[in-house]
Amino acid sequence: MLALLVAQNIAFYIIAALMVVGAIRVVTTKNVMHAALWLVLVLSGAAAQYILLAAEFVAITQVLVYLGAIIVLFLFGIMLTRAKTGNDDDLDNKKSAKFIGAGIGIALLGLMGYSLIDGFGDTEFGDLMVQRTAEVSDSIFSTYLLPFEVLSVLLLAALIGAIVIARRD
Amino acid sequence: MFLNQFLLLAAILFCIGVYGVLARKNGVLVLMSIELILNAVNINLVAFGAYWHVNDLANVSGQVFALFVIAVAAAEVGVGLALVLLIYRNRQSINIDDVDMLKG
Repeated sequence: MLALLVAQNIAFYIIAALMVVGAIRVVTTKNVMHAALWLVLVLSGAAAQYILLAAEFVAITQVLVYLGAIIVLFLFGIMLTRAKTGNDDDLDNKKSAKFIGAGIGIALLGLMGYSLIDGFGDTEFGDLMVQRTAEVSDSIFSTYLLPFEVLSVLLLAALIGAIVIARRD
Repeated sequence: MFLNQFLLLAAILFCIGVYGVLARKNGVLVLMSIELILNAVNINLVAFGAYWHVNDLANVSGQVFALFVIAVAAAEVGVGLALVLLIYRNRQSINIDDVDMLKG
C-alpha cells in the first residue's frame, strides 16, 4: 500500500511539472503552432491526473473531446487565419500590459495558495476507490438528468450559432 | 496523496491561464489560455469528486460536473473560433486590440 502511494506521488509530481512547463510555454511561446502543441501536453497531463484520481470516464472523455476535437479545432483556426508558420513577434500585448498580467497572476496565485493551504492543509484522500463509469451514468441519468438535457440544447444552439457566424453570405 | 497537491496544481494552471488571457493579443491564443483555465477548474472538480467518493460511494458529482464543464468548453471553443474567423475575414487580423469600435 505504501509503495503504491509513493509511486502515485512520484507520478503526480512528474506529470504536474510537465503540465506547468507546458502551460507556461503555451502563454509565452512566439510560435502559434507550438502553443497548440504545448497545449496538447497540458491536456494529456490532465487526463493522466484524472487516471491518478481513479476517474476513468473523465480521463477518456478528456482525451476524446480535448485532444481529439478541440486541438484539431484550434489547428484549423490557426491555419484558417493564416498565422505565420515561423516565429511571430506580434502575439503579445506591450510590455507594461504583460507586467500587469504577471502581477495579477502572481497575486491571484498567492491568494489562492494561501487559502488552499489554510483550508485543506493536510486533508488526505484516504483509499481512492475507482469511480466506475456505471456509477457516473447512473448519476447523470437520475440526479443530473435536467442539466444534461439543458446541455444538449446548449450544444445544439452552439452548433447552429457557429455555422451562422462563420458562413459567408 | 494530499487533496492540496491537486488543488495547488489547478491554482497554478489557473493563474498561468489568467496571465495568458491578459498578456496575449492573438485571438486564438487567448482562447487557448481560456482552455487552460477551464482545465484547471476541471482538475479541482475531479479532485473534490474523488475525495467525496471515498466517504460516499454513490457520490460521483465531481465527475459529472467535470463532464458538463468539458461539454460547455467544447461549445465555447466552437463559437469562439467562429467569431475569430469572422473577425479575421472582416479585418485581415485577429489582434483583439484592433477590435475597438465600441471604444469612445
